[in-house]
Amino acid sequence: MPQMNMIQALNSAMDIALGRDPGVVVLGEDVGYFGGVFRVTDGLQRKYGTHRVLDTPIAEGGIIAASIGMAVNGLRPVAEIQFADYIYPGYDQIVSELARLRYRSASAFSAPVTIRTPCGGGIRGGQTHSQSPEALFAHVCGIKVVMPSNPYDAKGLLIAAIEDDDPVLFLEPKRLYNGPFDGDPNKPAVPWSTHPRGDVPDGHYTVPIGKAAVVREGREITIVSYGTMLHVAEAAAKGLGLDAEIIDVRSIVPLDVETLVNSVAKTGRCVIAHEATRFGGFGAELMATIQERCFWQLEAPIERVCGWDTPYPHAFEWEYFPGPQRVAAALKRVMEAR
Amino acid sequence: MPRPSRLHVPNAPARPGEAPDFSYVPLSPAGSVARPDVAAQAVDIENLAVDLIRVLDDSHRAVGPWNPHLDVDVLQVGLRHMLLTRVYDDRMLRTQRQGKISFYMKSTGEEAVAVAAAMALRPSDMLFPAYRQQGLQFVRGAKLVDLMCQLLSNTRDMCKGRQLPVMYHSVPGRLFSISGNLATQFPQAVGWAMAAAIKGTDDLAATWIGEGSSAEADFHHALLFASVYRAPVLLNVVNNQWAISTFQGFAGGEQRSFAARGPGYGIPGLRVDGNDFLAVYAATEWAAERARKGAGATLVELVTYRAAAHSTSDDPTRYRPKDDAERWPLGDPIERLKQHLIALGEWSEERHAALAAELGEQVGAAWKEASNYGTLTEGPRLDRDLMFEDVFKDMPRHLIEQREQLRRERG
Repeated sequence: MPQMNMIQALNSAMDIALGRDPGVVVLGEDVGYFGGVFRVTDGLQRKYGTHRVLDTPIAEGGIIAASIGMAVNGLRPVAEIQFADYIYPGYDQIVSELARLRYRSASAFSAPVTIRTPCGGGIRGGQTHSQSPEALFAHVCGIKVVMPSNPYDAKGLLIAAIEDDDPVLFLEPKRLYNGPFDGDPNKPAVPWSTHPRGDVPDGHYTVPIGKAAVVREGREITIVSYGTMLHVAEAAAKGLGLDAEIIDVRSIVPLDVETLVNSVAKTGRCVIAHEATRFGGFGAELMATIQERCFWQLEAPIERVCGWDTPYPHAFEWEYFPGPQRVAAALKRVMEAR
Repeated sequence: MPRPSRLHVPNAPARPGEAPDFSYVPLSPAGSVARPDVAAQAVDIENLAVDLIRVLDDSHRAVGPWNPHLDVDVLQVGLRHMLLTRVYDDRMLRTQRQGKISFYMKSTGEEAVAVAAAMALRPSDMLFPAYRQQGLQFVRGAKLVDLMCQLLSNTRDMCKGRQLPVMYHSVPGRLFSISGNLATQFPQAVGWAMAAAIKGTDDLAATWIGEGSSAEADFHHALLFASVYRAPVLLNVVNNQWAISTFQGFAGGEQRSFAARGPGYGIPGLRVDGNDFLAVYAATEWAAERARKGAGATLVELVTYRAAAHSTSDDPTRYRPKDDAERWPLGDPIERLKQHLIALGEWSEERHAALAAELGEQVGAAWKEASNYGTLTEGPRLDRDLMFEDVFKDMPRHLIEQREQLRRERG
């Protein structure tokens, strides 16, 4: 099977979607001639032309609004917002328009738009190139929100998102573009070719939206995570020698509650890890959902490991980042509680 | 000593108790503005953003190069649609006052803006209205009963009870769902038009925005994208002078006309007498022809006056002179088209009164029927399960569970 990094996998997903459906268009800042600042759309304009892969003005609100209009006229736009940190000029168009068009018109109109955007830190991006805003969108009714943690899922989820008849926000953890990351920035970078989920089929396949993945089965504790933090948490559990069950949420909306609950009901212990800030973060929703359904099976309080409730600081990136030490400390506390 | 900077806070020309003052509205005599070729360069026709395109003169004749030379039956259809709009608005306001609907927004004084434009476009063109262009609905063949059921949020409501009154839509009528948020439809219409160009059809999109909400970033995104991609779209700014209590100066209307935003983006701007049915028709026709020839978008400012309150929640006597509307220099669009037809010998006060009575009866009969499907105060009511539908195409598990919870809650 071919090996791809996440950039190549995402590129392959769009290549396939553009090739299969003449209604698919890709648009965004620098996505056309240049192929995107992270190279995710590299070569697509050359292959499909300037009418299918469009460079746009630096106007995220305009990009989202134009995508809505295109979708209403029968196209399937895949809009790139260059960094998730830049998405806010388009927030009103996403929250008030894209997510609610189907509802407000009783399905007379809908807008199957996919919004791709790189998120997360660990790349020396400072407070304007490191954010993980998934909770701000998870709270909005009418838009699906997904975040892959590996190339295989990235391709399958992106094809599923483009083919979905509802809008999807597709968050790409950019620290994972070139390889898995266990949270230690001092170790040499590891390529995806060393990882089983770096094996990515060339052709069309989908990973269903709304389904979490049990990455590792285990009996002692459940780790619920997604994106970059999945790999960090996995490394932390391994370092402690825990028999952890590790769940990759993948689909934030809709959430696969069943997979989470089945696991925690079995292990009785749970740690949730995400890179986004803690207060009002998506971890709170995960924790509440699990607590409501697994309270009587819990052996210990659930813990959250998150970014601090500060903006993402440039000089203290690794003190901010919820690295393996912070995860390990939480795992220990939850394992020791009785 | 250097003079310190001073903050300029725009001041409305007249407030309650003062004499209406419209000296700030530059007027051009009917027929005085040249009509350029539709392929003209924006830079060569910037005067159109300053002058005022008018066709009907003070003696009710159609004059000048913008006269669209419409057949009498077209004029009569236009008059009928405008009068229906007004009769409908008046009647729906009364139903709101009677507590039968929660809210209403009239378009009184602005009927030509919607009716003439929709008549000048093709049925295949896609319309993205704001909330005060109900005339578009009538031209596109909406049934009165269907509109009323939307106002009533009743069992036949096209929106299944999700939207405030007047937020209509129509798939066969090619009328996009009205948002209720301001300005958002403007750049969406441009996206729709971009898609038409990508697909290679000769359909175009037309959209409307108030001068007040042209202050939003969405307006500027629309102009920018329309300009960059030369999208086949008609961008209409309805300058009705008032955004609730805020006069048009706060949207930047004191320095330049709203039409003049167009040339700044390389798009022609037409400043049009919005109460002149023929001028609105002609300007729309010009812009549509231009778009279909591949020359791109046009920004049309329709100079008009919001003669009624902003909505049923608004009382304009608290912020503008009582007789402001009567003193508006561009008159009333229905009266002006009526007088034009009378001048042509094709209409009369008697026929007009008879038409008004006929339309009143139609509206009354439709209201009676619509009320049978439920009102705010009397059943039948929509099935509450519908609340959970259409959030997504397929209902996810958590919404199925919440629907069950509501069922249990209500027995």
